[in-house]
Amino acid sequence: MTFLLSIGTRKGLFLARSDDRVSWTIEGPHFLAQEIASVAIDTRRSPARLLVGVQNMHFGPTVAWSDDLGATWTEPEHGAITFPDDTEAALARVWQLHPDTPERPDVVWAGCEPTSLWRSDDGGDTFELVRGLWDHPHRKDWAPGFGGAAVHTVLPHPSTDEVLVAMSTGGVYSSPDGATDWAPRNKGISAYFFPDPYPEFGQCVHKVVADAAGPDTLYAQNHGGVYRSDDRGLQWTSIADGLPSDFGFIALASPHTPGTAWVMPLEADAARVPPGGHLRLYRTRDGGRTWQENSSGLPDGVWTVALRDAACVDTAESTGVYFGTRDGTVFASADEGETFVTVAEHLPDVLSVRAALLP
Amino acid sequence: MTEPPGGSPGASGPGAVVVRLPGPLRDLVGGRRELSVSPAPATVDALLDTLSVEHPVLVRRIRDETGTVRQFVNIYVGDDDIRHGEGLATPLAPGTVVHFLPSVAGG
Repeated sequence: MTFLLSIGTRKGLFLARSDDRVSWTIEGPHFLAQEIASVAIDTRRSPARLLVGVQNMHFGPTVAWSDDLGATWTEPEHGAITFPDDTEAALARVWQLHPDTPERPDVVWAGCEPTSLWRSDDGGDTFELVRGLWDHPHRKDWAPGFGGAAVHTVLPHPSTDEVLVAMSTGGVYSSPDGATDWAPRNKGISAYFFPDPYPEFGQCVHKVVADAAGPDTLYAQNHGGVYRSDDRGLQWTSIADGLPSDFGFIALASPHTPGTAWVMPLEADAARVPPGGHLRLYRTRDGGRTWQENSSGLPDGVWTVALRDAACVDTAESTGVYFGTRDGTVFASADEGETFVTVAEHLPDVLSVRAALLP
Repeated sequence: MTEPPGGSPGASGPGAVVVRLPGPLRDLVGGRRELSVSPAPATVDALLDTLSVEHPVLVRRIRDETGTVRQFVNIYVGDDDIRHGEGLATPLAPGTVVHFLPSVAGG
């Protein structure tokens, strides 16, 4: 078995491999000088399919995929994601590529800028715009955050057709069939940048993940606020007590152990750096009631951050935890975040990482 | 039809428009530096439509799905940037050389 870590950076894709998650070999860059804002490793297929959201700063964005671990790449002639004519919109960036459950083996979701959700039924070769969200009456009030206006999180329910998305800004929305009737699910999440700090929608939710206990239990790292929901987002409750700050970008959850999740607090909205220059991940084992600082293998004197998709977990029995920073350093933990090793240094800004265990 | 200069008789020559490509786009057309389009399309827009039949990926690199030339791509007809003239409606004549060029941008 080999662990594969796909590292999307501002100037290309790097692939790291390891048998023990301690010693790593790095290969790349693929797509030299092109931004890789999103990566996915679709292990429902054999061989696994790599998907990347590529952005050539001159020649535009697209999605490409590889069924031979990056030896060759395929891009559909007419583009994987292209807005229909009547929308008068153009794809700006692919923020998220998310393979659905094994029960829907050909379905892959994409979250994009401008704010939109796309569904592929052919493994990520071509995508169709989810009209119900695009035509939502709230759209005119969704605004771009500093990074752009995008759907950046897609969480399909594992046993129903419901799909939950998060966007910056706009917040969390859910649809019972992943297509129509999208309803906001932001109750309890703060939006301090509005006169009404608890609006129905408009929040800048940075990342949402599902707990191992099941799809109803969610964690959200908000633009100011860390929250938990036990009813699939109908109501959110703060779990930020015990953290040095409630601002951050990433949220991770164990795929196996209920109540286990990780966040990376940053100093504040106006100071997006590790508190005191100490790069740390914080882990909860009890669903957010208490938090433990993990520092082993993580440096001090660090004034860079991990962006929302530059962090992931793997599915090994002892969950691997990974993240990369804007100064091009990638860290890996084989023991659920207790200790970290450095996978790579001096890469371009890390934008996206995903890990998988391959046969 | 599009052919490399010196390709099929009649495809290039005085009646054709020659398209010159920058290095990053040549892999999309088999490594060619130039394409010749004959008969000459009436405008730059028509040229892109013609090219998109055989080279859809190339044309998607030049203009997005709304038909707008990408922000950091420049198209020159002869020595003139079409953004300073008639844009995609810029007329072409037989023998015209069209350059697709990345602008001074990046990071």
